[in-house]
Amino acid sequence: MALLELTNISKHFGAIQAVNDISLSLEAGEVTGLMGDNGAGKSTLVKMIAGNFRPSHGTMRMEGTDLVLHKPVDARRHGIEIVHQDLALCDNLTAAANVFLGRELRVGMGPFGVLDYASMYKRAGQIFAELKSETRPRDLVKQMSGGQRQAVAIARTMLSQAKIVLMDEPTAAISVRQVAEVLNLIRLLRDQGLAIVLISHRMPDVFAVADRVVVMRRGRKVADKKIAASSPEEVTGLITGAIEQV
Amino acid sequence: MATTLDHTIAQRQHNWLSAIVASQTFWVLIAVILACIFLSFSTDSFATTKNLYNITRNVTFVAIIALGMTLVIITGGIDLSVGSVLCLCSMVLAVTMHAGYSIEVGIAVTIATALGIGLFNGILIAYLGFPPFVVTLGMLSIARSLAMVASNNTVVFQFGPDHDKLLALGGGAWLFGIANPVLYMVVLALLTGFVLRWTKFGRHIYAIGGNEHAATLTGVPVRPLKVAVYMISALSAGVAGIIQTGWLGAVTTNIGAGMELQVIAAAVIGGANLAGGIGTAFGALVGAALIEVIRNSLGLLGINAFWQGAFIGGAIILAVLFDRIRNLRQSE
Repeated sequence: MALLELTNISKHFGAIQAVNDISLSLEAGEVTGLMGDNGAGKSTLVKMIAGNFRPSHGTMRMEGTDLVLHKPVDARRHGIEIVHQDLALCDNLTAAANVFLGRELRVGMGPFGVLDYASMYKRAGQIFAELKSETRPRDLVKQMSGGQRQAVAIARTMLSQAKIVLMDEPTAAISVRQVAEVLNLIRLLRDQGLAIVLISHRMPDVFAVADRVVVMRRGRKVADKKIAASSPEEVTGLITGAIEQV
Repeated sequence: MATTLDHTIAQRQHNWLSAIVASQTFWVLIAVILACIFLSFSTDSFATTKNLYNITRNVTFVAIIALGMTLVIITGGIDLSVGSVLCLCSMVLAVTMHAGYSIEVGIAVTIATALGIGLFNGILIAYLGFPPFVVTLGMLSIARSLAMVASNNTVVFQFGPDHDKLLALGGGAWLFGIANPVLYMVVLALLTGFVLRWTKFGRHIYAIGGNEHAATLTGVPVRPLKVAVYMISALSAGVAGIIQTGWLGAVTTNIGAGMELQVIAAAVIGGANLAGGIGTAFGALVGAALIEVIRNSLGLLGINAFWQGAFIGGAIILAVLFDRIRNLRQSE
């Protein structure tokens, strides 16, 4: 049984059909590369899985039960985490504050609980150590390098027992050495049995780390096959439209 | 690994001393203290009980509203309506009590008025996407006009059966001879400081100011929080209005005129950043204190009162200049 099963998912914004009748299944312990040109609908598809948008049509089932997401918090509760393309970090807050943004730890009674700084620093520090990142929990994100910022964004996904991690262009704006780090991290998450969706424009990254590649063009899915059975040339052709569909 | 995990977790960019020295609020506080020391020596009238009583009490009205304004500024917004809201709230209180209702009813109606205005501002800004500047500029005009309508543009100085209670509330000194408004200010500042530092609400307000989009994506309830912040701002103006009414013993329709600028100046001098994401409750108090010390000292030193605006304006620019210089050095 697939971990997450999308059936005939569509999304339109007014007259614009961003995602058109897509079916897709995600398996545990598998990295799925999601490729396509700008405006192909990749981000829209991923944002529906992350609870940012609701599909106009179609159904999502997770581990065999229907999945209806009204807001990002719902997706998180089901173990779906997303790393946004712009990382969604607040520069004026510390690394730990960013990791826990929206799900701060508190001590005390119910609504009167106060922020539990000690536990948040401790947990964030442990996660950065697991990620082998030199990021320090108390540092302001404002003063961090691209790789450290990436680590903060990825650390968010490790707060809870995630089942699916969606990554939107995680290697777009970082140095070569940092790309290698991020790819290692993706392998690490996969080996823990997570399903990873990797949105990327960078062919080498997808072929280095993905088990399966899904190609979208103008809102439709035009390919979904094992990475071993495909080639960068074929994927390029599918993205541009030189190859209609496989 | 050379360093242990606990060591890494404990590491900070600054120790507490360098963090304090790096803050704008600290330098403004130093300026306030130096000015007070200077004035104590150069004038006979500064360090008298009566003058200090006056200064501390005068600070409070601007300071209390600056607390609310600081929350708004931290989210990256602005509230220009506070001066007029103070006027309207004072007038609502005065008219209600003049009509024979008790002080409890008067205060309840006043606070409801303030919260209603904040709710209106907040909904337009958070849910309909109006720029805060425009909405609160409109409210600046509307609230003062409503105050004139409510009072028929007269002065109200009789507050019905609870007249004396209201005057005691604002004009008394119930604890160690400290003026009541000062006590309210201290309590509200402690409350605001606690909320900003120790609650999820406070943390999320900073997040909205830092990166509103990121806050939305990570599940922070941005819109309700923004509405709440404008309600708090209006509430702070309402509370200041109630206290000021009790202290002055009369309400005219021109009280609080131009006050929004003093309040914003206090917040900015105290370190709040109009771009959002930065500001503290303590900073709001220190900023308000500097403005009041400048005003008071010009009077005592016999300098023409027309210079007041120039000195306060200079203080705003100077305070932010320090911040700019530090940022430039950092970015190099």
